[in-house]
Amino acid sequence: MTMATHSVEVPEQHHPTGEHDHHAGEHPAYLAHHFDSMAQQFAAGKLGMWIFLVTEILFFGGLFCAYAVYRANHPEVFVYAHHFLDKNLGALNTAILIFSSFTMAWAVRAAQLGQQQTLRLCLITTLLCAGAFLGVKYVEYRQKWEHGLLWAGWYHPHVTNAEHHGDAAPKPSSPATAPTAVQATTSGQTPEPTTAATAGEHSEYPGEPRLAGVFFSIYFCMTGLHALHVVGGMIAITWLLIRAFQGVFGPEYYGPVDYVGLYWHLVDMIWIYLFPLLYLIH
Amino acid sequence: MDPSQITNHLTGNSIAGVLPLVQSGSFWLPPAGSTTASAVDWLFYFLFYVAAFFFLLIVTLMTLFVLKYRARPDRDAPEPSPSHNTWLELTWSVIPTMIIIFIFAVGFAGYMEMRTPPANAYEIRVTGQKWKWFFTYPTGYVDENLHVPVDRPIRLVMTSRDVIHSLYIPAFRLKMDLVPGRYTSTWFQAIQPGEYDLLCAEYCGDNHSSMLAKVIVHRPGEFEKWLEEASNFMKNLSPVEAGQILYQRQGCAQCHSIDGSAKVGPTFLGLFESQVKLADGTTVTADENYLRESILVPDAKVVAGFRPQMPPYQGLLDEDKIAALIEFIKSLKSEQSAGGHN
Amino acid sequence: MVTEVTEPRPVARSTPPDYLHDGRGIWSWLFTLDHKRIGVMYLVGILTSLLLGGVFALLIRTHLAIPALVHQPGQATSTAGSAAVVVGPSQPVPANTSTGQDAAAQMVAESEAATAASTVQPTPPRYLLTPKEYNRAFTLHGAIMIFLVIIPGIPAALGNFVLPLMLGAKDVAFPRLNLMSFHLWLIGLVFFLVVLFTGGLDTGWTFYTPYSTTTDTRVTTAVVGAFILGFSSIFTGINFIATVHFLRPRGMSWFRMPLFVWSLYATAIIQVLATPVLGITLLLIALEKNLGLGIFDPKLGGDPVLFQHFFWFYSHPAVYIMILPGMGIISELISTFSRKHIFGYRFIAFSSVAIAILGFLVWGHHMFTSGQSRLASMIFSALTFSVSIPSAIKVFNWLATMYKGRISLQTPMCYALAFILLFGIGGLTGLFLGALATDVHLHDTYFVVAHFHYVMFGGTLVAFLGGLHYWWPKMTGKMYNDTLGRLGALLIFLGLNLTFFPQFVLGSRGMPRRYFDYSSLLDRHPEFAGLNLMSTAGAYLTAIGLIVAAVCLLGSLWWGRKAPPNPWGSASLEWRCPSPPPKENFLSPPVITPAFDPYDLDQVVYDPETQGYWVRQTAIT
Repeated sequence: MTMATHSVEVPEQHHPTGEHDHHAGEHPAYLAHHFDSMAQQFAAGKLGMWIFLVTEILFFGGLFCAYAVYRANHPEVFVYAHHFLDKNLGALNTAILIFSSFTMAWAVRAAQLGQQQTLRLCLITTLLCAGAFLGVKYVEYRQKWEHGLLWAGWYHPHVTNAEHHGDAAPKPSSPATAPTAVQATTSGQTPEPTTAATAGEHSEYPGEPRLAGVFFSIYFCMTGLHALHVVGGMIAITWLLIRAFQGVFGPEYYGPVDYVGLYWHLVDMIWIYLFPLLYLIH
Repeated sequence: MDPSQITNHLTGNSIAGVLPLVQSGSFWLPPAGSTTASAVDWLFYFLFYVAAFFFLLIVTLMTLFVLKYRARPDRDAPEPSPSHNTWLELTWSVIPTMIIIFIFAVGFAGYMEMRTPPANAYEIRVTGQKWKWFFTYPTGYVDENLHVPVDRPIRLVMTSRDVIHSLYIPAFRLKMDLVPGRYTSTWFQAIQPGEYDLLCAEYCGDNHSSMLAKVIVHRPGEFEKWLEEASNFMKNLSPVEAGQILYQRQGCAQCHSIDGSAKVGPTFLGLFESQVKLADGTTVTADENYLRESILVPDAKVVAGFRPQMPPYQGLLDEDKIAALIEFIKSLKSEQSAGGHN
Repeated sequence: MVTEVTEPRPVARSTPPDYLHDGRGIWSWLFTLDHKRIGVMYLVGILTSLLLGGVFALLIRTHLAIPALVHQPGQATSTAGSAAVVVGPSQPVPANTSTGQDAAAQMVAESEAATAASTVQPTPPRYLLTPKEYNRAFTLHGAIMIFLVIIPGIPAALGNFVLPLMLGAKDVAFPRLNLMSFHLWLIGLVFFLVVLFTGGLDTGWTFYTPYSTTTDTRVTTAVVGAFILGFSSIFTGINFIATVHFLRPRGMSWFRMPLFVWSLYATAIIQVLATPVLGITLLLIALEKNLGLGIFDPKLGGDPVLFQHFFWFYSHPAVYIMILPGMGIISELISTFSRKHIFGYRFIAFSSVAIAILGFLVWGHHMFTSGQSRLASMIFSALTFSVSIPSAIKVFNWLATMYKGRISLQTPMCYALAFILLFGIGGLTGLFLGALATDVHLHDTYFVVAHFHYVMFGGTLVAFLGGLHYWWPKMTGKMYNDTLGRLGALLIFLGLNLTFFPQFVLGSRGMPRRYFDYSSLLDRHPEFAGLNLMSTAGAYLTAIGLIVAAVCLLGSLWWGRKAPPNPWGSASLEWRCPSPPPKENFLSPPVITPAFDPYDLDQVVYDPETQGYWVRQTAIT
């Protein structure tokens, strides 16, 4: 039998009970009561944010999986339908987001160095970039709406009157002469197994595969969810901005800027995957 | 290598052929009615004995320990005993691992047999629809029950018209889902003439538990006779009876009631020779011509209060069948009209 | 320098108020950041949801007893139609039946009667529920029990309370996130109550498409509620992982943590990785249903089986979220009440992580009959068996812990022993379902229902109750009547077996699940009647057992004696603070030396005066 093994020691210096008086002189203003040090708090917060990012990756992962499955089963749909997306707008959005990631990272650095002015400027710039991204997305979505290029259940591609002769008509082939809106049949009589592409029976675009709407289902789901995350990021950055104007961040306390920065980089990264997968199919 | 060949290669023979045929029911399982049932049953009993052994082992050890090592006032300090023993841990990890590898292998072999139909199987198409089964025989005849000859492999090619259903024949230890938009298939070979239950095993809505059918296994030679007679139901039955069968099997019953209630489409009760108000405001008499047109080109005259949803039967029903349906509808007189039934 | 303490009991100083009384009023609870209060609120909410889900269970079981009671052998019954059921001879065929009595006409006549339900004279309803009501009952029973009770269950109600205490910490890593988790849980509950009161849900908790995307019940509300509950679960997971990584006291290495902490950590990993996939699945159902997204609809190019893959990719790991914390509790209970160091600590710890990882690889075993390929089925079956080994290892280790111990059968230990037996049955019957050939026969029958109730109810809930009885003195500061507690455990154990064992037989004999009515099967299977009756009787017995347990615990709040800090004699840290603890948990933070071992029960000494234990050579203070 073991003797005198001390499992728990009583430290010599008795600490006063109660609150966070452990560091008698300087008490970091933003140290939560259950953490022993800012380093511990920061490390915990960082891990927490990383885990959250992993959950976001898995959240989008389901959609990437759906993309993979449908593209593998219906490659012709993807090849056909992606031409309706404007590569230039997509590239512009990509550039905007990458730039905003840069300004966000700079904001984190500024917070670390206590450069309040730079921090605020960078946060504002990031916000503006995010806003621009959403603006471009709005333009794209509106274009799709006008041409009926929506998800499968609402897919009814058509050319608007204004575009009848114009170059703004959606690709790929030249529109048929009569700009009538054609309803795609969405309720079949007997559910036959999905077959390979058949000649366009539902729209005026010859060569349109039968299930072209599937592409847009995936497109709207993925970009829509991504856009929602951009909005969420904007809310978080606005909150940071308010606190930055209060002068809260500095070398001893910049955790929240770092965490939101991590989130923002993920939002950027997801778009960097979405862009080629949706816009650059060859 | 074809999967069933792999199985044969592994076991030297088919699993089902090697294992004793469990024909009669037991406490746990219904009587076995198919060739592959014995593979399932053998494994079931093997698992039962393995599970019973381990469970009894656990119960015994637990009871023993509780009795023997119960805290008593006179037993103050516990006898020293180690709190880990790697060899013991490995032993009770490795032995169960070997057992389950065996279980997996037997299960897999039986499964491959159950999912690999022989080449000369007789094909019957199955369609599931809330909440009825339809079996289409090679002659084109559609029946509500599954008739098969004994001792012949039968392959079922199945799909659903709406939601996912599952075809389950407990006696054959057979189950396969019916999925809308694709075909699934399974096979079996019945070993005993008789009647067996066929149930839906995937929840499909309000009447899931009444989506039942029968499997009728015919004695040698009887199946062909039955199919011949049933396929010629147009010849063998009166037009009204034949029309009733068509009403059931051609999808009419799903939307048109015969009791007066409006479903997706108008009721057939009292329809014949009644005045029908159409969606465009005009009124017509529901005579034979109206009925025939409504079957072939439903959108021509849509009844007020209903949507144009009916699929056209042009090309799907010949004139004889249409006539039989019309006769059936004529027979559905309501109490108000002359000669209401019972 | 170590201070040797001579008196056996820690001397009470001017102690701060305990967490229950530190701050009064409802807002101090609803907006607390104290993990203990959050745990208690979760506990109240979860037990209330358990009651609600249990009411549905009793409804279902009562309904299913009735065909057994009223069926006369040989009586032809037709049960089609959603109106009152027909009793008596089927209606004459309203057509000119010619002499042709061949099978076809006969059949037609029968099915004719079946579909013409309302031409029949109205008869009093034979069953308790209509088919629509029944389908809502089993769906809501499942959805409430799974999303509101069992998945949050042990981590939220017990883990929140105990985890920081076991680590000697003041709180979890992110107290505000913890509060948000709880608020999200409440909001999820509200959504399900809305579903309950505005038409219900009839898809089964599994939401299979196309049924769920075409039915007109409150699917969207339910999936939004489940989505919100998913976030509650994710945030708890994030919190626990960060807590275990960063709030361990110096000196407490990974292998000095109690096994309950290991189990919560492994569970948190699953929560964090699996739940987002549920989130996207639920979102897709909502989009499919409301916007015609088309991803699961074959007419629009979608695939209904893809839904099943998405759904089970979460829902299989989810069952390990349910069971792993339970197993962690059992490790604590067996060790404490055998007064012996847990056997095979490292094996148990690693087995928790192994189960968590392997649990992600086996979802396809829910889909052996879905039409998926033989190759996929084979791989999933093989991997499924791999998960059984770590679970078996745990059971053997628990038994080895009891060997040469000093076993006392107090209430928590009764639950622990019940767990081993019930989880044993549940786990062993999982083998029947993991094996391909037998699964084809047993899938979607009552065999599966029995299997998962044995592991979820007999496993998780029994472990939950065991943990509740174990940590009750710490949480409330009261001791309950042990005899009453043991009676409750016994009744629950007997009740569970009586309820669910007959269901194995029902399933293997061919009774499918989710059947509103089985009377058409009774002629060929008269045994279905007796088995269903037994199952219903068991349900009521279980309910009585739960009531006894509730009376026991609630009664202690008024009549229980004051609990000492360490009533059961465990060596882990949560017993080193007062019962109930003050808001900051420990009067001064514990310091861990190399000799610390939460299972070193040699150091724990009984003190007859307080009827509690204290740990030798320790002083808190």
